[in-house]
Amino acid sequence: MIEAAEPHSGARREFLVRAIHVAAGAGFALLTGASTASATPDMLREAIDELLGGAQARPGRVRLEIPPLVENGNTVPLTVSVESPMTEADHVTEIHIFNEKNPQPYVMAAYFGPRAGRARLATRVKLSDSQRVVAIARMSDGSFWSDSADVIVTIAACVEINE
Amino acid sequence: MARALVNVPKRARMGEIIEIKALVSHPMESGYRVGLNGAVIPRDIIRLFTCGYNGVEIFRAEFSPAVAANPFMSFSTLALESGTLTFRWTGDKDFEVVETAEIVVE
Repeated sequence: MIEAAEPHSGARREFLVRAIHVAAGAGFALLTGASTASATPDMLREAIDELLGGAQARPGRVRLEIPPLVENGNTVPLTVSVESPMTEADHVTEIHIFNEKNPQPYVMAAYFGPRAGRARLATRVKLSDSQRVVAIARMSDGSFWSDSADVIVTIAACVEINE
Repeated sequence: MARALVNVPKRARMGEIIEIKALVSHPMESGYRVGLNGAVIPRDIIRLFTCGYNGVEIFRAEFSPAVAANPFMSFSTLALESGTLTFRWTGDKDFEVVETAEIVVE
């Protein structure tokens, strides 16, 4: 499933765009509840499998901090930190963030080197629904570590019209 | 014209871990929203953010439509030499913003 892992992939985007068109034609109400434009837990799993390439992501070392309850899904603060000495021999090379129910399973990827000093990043994301968020770190030895958090969103980020 | 805001300590000790914050104004239109006329609003996002330290890339982030509007990134780096940090955001519709900050390391 290269489509799920590639944020700018054509085929799946085409499909989603068409799905939105169909839903729009049938009335906006469909868009809010229907999951035609949502990633599924399966797509999340596929996207993660694509990253891991057969390896296992062990729980631990990664810490994903995100509020358990957010009012506004349009801007949700998120911090990922990874326990690592950040030396030339042992450092974090990548942090990937995934979600379960946004239209795409990918949120972002960040690339580090030993010069980072500390493996930590903070950003703000959109969440279209209450869902699980997953952070996976790749170490310089090739191992993967992960953490996840469930978030309840009371006002979803706009997948539908909001103005 | 998009505005960028970066926060880098003006001075740091050699080997100190410094925190860097970078923000750019951008709508991050996801491409999944439908406008009043029923047509999908085309995607318009920042796809790549990089930070260079005297020409060496120290941090890179790839964004998807799930990154919130006005993307904010906070990360860290070792203060190794005096010089310039260069921040670059690029994305759809030939979007490009470059911002720089100076740091003195002693």
